[in-house]
Amino acid sequence: MAKITFITSDHETITVEGTSGSVMQLAVKNNIQGIDGDCGGVCSCATCHVHVPTEFQDKTGKASEIEKDMLEFEDNANESSRLSCQLDISEALDGIVLHIAN
Amino acid sequence: MKKSAIPDPFEQTRLEKGVGEMNEQNDPIVMVLRHKDVRRCAHKWQTFQSGAQPGRIVIPSEVAIRDTRQIPFELDPPQHGAYRTLVEAWFKRPLQEAYQAQLSQQINAIVDEALSRDQVEVVSEFSLPLQSRALTLLLNIPYSEAATWISWGTHVFRSEDDPLDKSKANILYDYIDRQIDQAIKNPGEDLYSVLLNSEIEGHKLNREEVKGVMILTFAGGRDTVINAVTNSIAYFADHPESLELIRKQPDITGKAVEELIRYFAPLTHMGRVATQDTQVCEHAVKADSRISLCWASANRDASVFENPNEVILDRKINPHVSFGFSHHNCLGATHARQILKTLLQVLAQKVQSIDLLATEDNIEEWGNFKRKVGYHQINVHFNAK
Repeated sequence: MAKITFITSDHETITVEGTSGSVMQLAVKNNIQGIDGDCGGVCSCATCHVHVPTEFQDKTGKASEIEKDMLEFEDNANESSRLSCQLDISEALDGIVLHIAN
Repeated sequence: MKKSAIPDPFEQTRLEKGVGEMNEQNDPIVMVLRHKDVRRCAHKWQTFQSGAQPGRIVIPSEVAIRDTRQIPFELDPPQHGAYRTLVEAWFKRPLQEAYQAQLSQQINAIVDEALSRDQVEVVSEFSLPLQSRALTLLLNIPYSEAATWISWGTHVFRSEDDPLDKSKANILYDYIDRQIDQAIKNPGEDLYSVLLNSEIEGHKLNREEVKGVMILTFAGGRDTVINAVTNSIAYFADHPESLELIRKQPDITGKAVEELIRYFAPLTHMGRVATQDTQVCEHAVKADSRISLCWASANRDASVFENPNEVILDRKINPHVSFGFSHHNCLGATHARQILKTLLQVLAQKVQSIDLLATEDNIEEWGNFKRKVGYHQINVHFNAK
């Protein structure tokens, strides 16, 4: 079980709990604004873009080369960017805060 | 090679040069073949524009047969964004439960009918009706209207051998004109009426703008969906074990849809027009000349996709570009994905296997490249579970 907090671009804060799957799937299930997950989680659409604050980056690890390539042309992308379809939910993510990019 | 295989004719040129060349209606095209370059060029709208003369970014060019600008497809930012925002929510309706239930009902009926017959010609008797009926949902108009579109046959919008044949294209344009007239007289809750009633930057969409959105909706989602559905049937006929896999692991259906779409690349490429002298892969591209973003080639780029010529239904990382890339990504993608997802679910549930009886490939010619994009005809027999 992991508690994950999303902060939307409208500064709304929503905390939800998940046990499995990806962070993108959890966000879509909970209708989190700004996470669409059009491609279902195969790193093809980049509609699940989040920013991971520095203090939580140890929990998420680093983006793969392909994920970085996908983010390269995204609006609002920076060094803290991740695609949330590539973040698997586990205990390790418990307490994390993610800022939604769009 | 299995009959359902879609070979990649671009591999050698993609590796050696990165670009291909072709000419069409005396308007040459530099074909961009590598995944990274395709994405970069798609993103750089300032250099590679969509808002050129209407019809010019389509390949073969439609400049001789169409004056109406397709919207938002043939616009560049920032104008593009305003129109895209206007229509986006409508084209996301396939995510709604009621829409999905109706689509499922339609596809169940079509598969039931196919199972009841000795033989089915998939392109004209399965994929075309499926695409046409599903389009009534996207437009929110009565189901019965699909019969008109089915009666047009598969190659309605363009003469097979003559891209300058205006009479073919006019079947669609005249039809849309009549539908807009009707929606003006009797507004309803259909896409025509919704568009006619929409405002952008303080003005109501004019008739030509509404027509531009409707032409895009009809033309963009016809051959592409028909190819995707037909190719899926051919694939499962050759690979009964894949149908079994989806039956056993329904959770992979979403990934399977993306992988089939990557492998099929139902639209081979799309053009752009250079706004200045520039280059791609050290190949000079002159201002006011065309490039094409070759989705089909990018999807087989081995520097991005492991075993790119294999269908791996549960491929986990799959940054394919079959729906395009960047701000012009396919407006109808939500609808298309939902069609394929539903099709896979229904096939897995009801069909044990499919016998491939006869096939006639549809091979496109782009310069020296010959690419199979689908089938002219494919006869099959469906076996019930």
